[in-house]
Amino acid sequence: MSGPSFATALELGAGAVLVCAVLTMWRRSLAAIVRLLALQGVALAAVALVLGLHARDGVLVGVGAVVVVEKGVALPAVLLRVVARDTSSRETAPLVNVPASLVATGALTLLAFAVAGPVVALVPTVAGRLVPLGLATALIGIFAMAVRRRAVSQIVGLLLLDNGIALVAFLATGGFPLVVELGASLDVLLLVVVARVLGTRLHERFGVLDLDELRELHD
Amino acid sequence: MSALVRLGAAACVAVVQVLLVAGGGLLLLGVMRKTRSRCEGRVGPPVRQPLLDVVKLVSKQRIRPAAASPVFVAGPVVVAATAVLVTAVAPLVTSDPPLARSTDFFAVVLVLLLGSVSLALAALDTATPFGGMGASRATTIGALTEPALLAVVLALSVPARTSNLPALVREGIVDPRVVASPGRILALCAFLVVIVAETGRLPVDNPQTHLELTMIHEAMVLEYSGPDLALVTVGESARLALLLGIFVNLAVPWGVAPGRGAAELAVGSAVLVAKVAIAGIAIATFEVFTAKLRLFRLPEVLAGAFVLALLGVASTLVTR
Repeated sequence: MSGPSFATALELGAGAVLVCAVLTMWRRSLAAIVRLLALQGVALAAVALVLGLHARDGVLVGVGAVVVVEKGVALPAVLLRVVARDTSSRETAPLVNVPASLVATGALTLLAFAVAGPVVALVPTVAGRLVPLGLATALIGIFAMAVRRRAVSQIVGLLLLDNGIALVAFLATGGFPLVVELGASLDVLLLVVVARVLGTRLHERFGVLDLDELRELHD
Repeated sequence: MSALVRLGAAACVAVVQVLLVAGGGLLLLGVMRKTRSRCEGRVGPPVRQPLLDVVKLVSKQRIRPAAASPVFVAGPVVVAATAVLVTAVAPLVTSDPPLARSTDFFAVVLVLLLGSVSLALAALDTATPFGGMGASRATTIGALTEPALLAVVLALSVPARTSNLPALVREGIVDPRVVASPGRILALCAFLVVIVAETGRLPVDNPQTHLELTMIHEAMVLEYSGPDLALVTVGESARLALLLGIFVNLAVPWGVAPGRGAAELAVGSAVLVAKVAIAGIAIATFEVFTAKLRLFRLPEVLAGAFVLALLGVASTLVTR
């Protein structure tokens, strides 16, 4: 892949990852949020593939394939099953309302650009300039975990954080070794399965998936 | 002598653009209504119906409320005049419109805002409850769309290092990679949301409703009749066509005439009509599948547009 088209493809992929993260804060429907997460997984895989093809790095292409299966298909499928079980599957009352959290998202993005300066200076390539996008995605993930109340949207926040870290790793260092990537992927998969079990139990007990119901201890 | 020829060519471009947008805007309304009807399984009114309506309204008697002040009289005139002024100098048919060097995007936003404000003031003028309600809602939406629109202009003009509208269109023709850059795509997505909000389409406002609890734009123009109402209709439809025209020329700049020759203008007009018609049909099809949003949910949508535009500004920082 040649210079300018490589840069454009990389910019579009990394931009799509961040835009998906922002849109998860915009939508209220949990199903839509999970679908955005799937889209983000595909965009992340596209970034890995573009980097891999550019550097002629077979391992990175392999990682891209793993990412598209795991983050683009498997995790969203598990989460969608949890959402389908919940009848009122909407983020009805987040702790911070939607317009305010969107403005906070914009502020976090600008913060990421401000603090990522030294990292960008370390990696003087096209990919290096895009590192703030990954950092912003990770910050938005933390924010989502802090202000969202539904179990599914908190898990989505965690996955946003994971995707952001993965994007930074791809862009700054050309990706993790395959073993580390596989380990991290399994970790996250395990986490989502645990969350699914928790969600199911929560739903059986309270009829909703609101984690704030777990304030008190019961025998 | 050559100065006189140039002036004539510029005037010709302005006249072509104004006629195209004023007449085409009404036909665009017709096309959008027809699309909607067809999608819902109805035959719908003919495409030229809005044009016929305006002709009918012009021939009717003008009735104004007894308490109306000059503000009420000025409302429709200012709406139509600002739309015509911007149309004459915007890069619609050609990327070299009259006064091309001074067609600044910020100025375009400001002049169009003048039209919205005058209509809101005119609605307040007669002190009817509906007028006040409509004006209050329209101003609320306007106050939310303006920051988003200004962020859009900023995101488009930072990488180009100019906020000159014809230059922004030309830049896309010269270098296609500019059109595919993330900053431009984000800014144009936000621009589309702003256009939908500014021109009162679904899901922000339902242009077909006359239900007092939900209408926004209709509530403002309830007191107008005859030629005044015709002027409002023409002005508002011209605004929609103008904004969509600017949008499609920024998103898909190919086919915009580079100069002011007669053949170039003909090709440019045909391409513009085709692009705007496609955009109009797409919006109308989208409207079939959406319901009007609650008024208090609108800040979410418009804050989303603002953040998209802001991301567009931020992405110009990395992709320089």
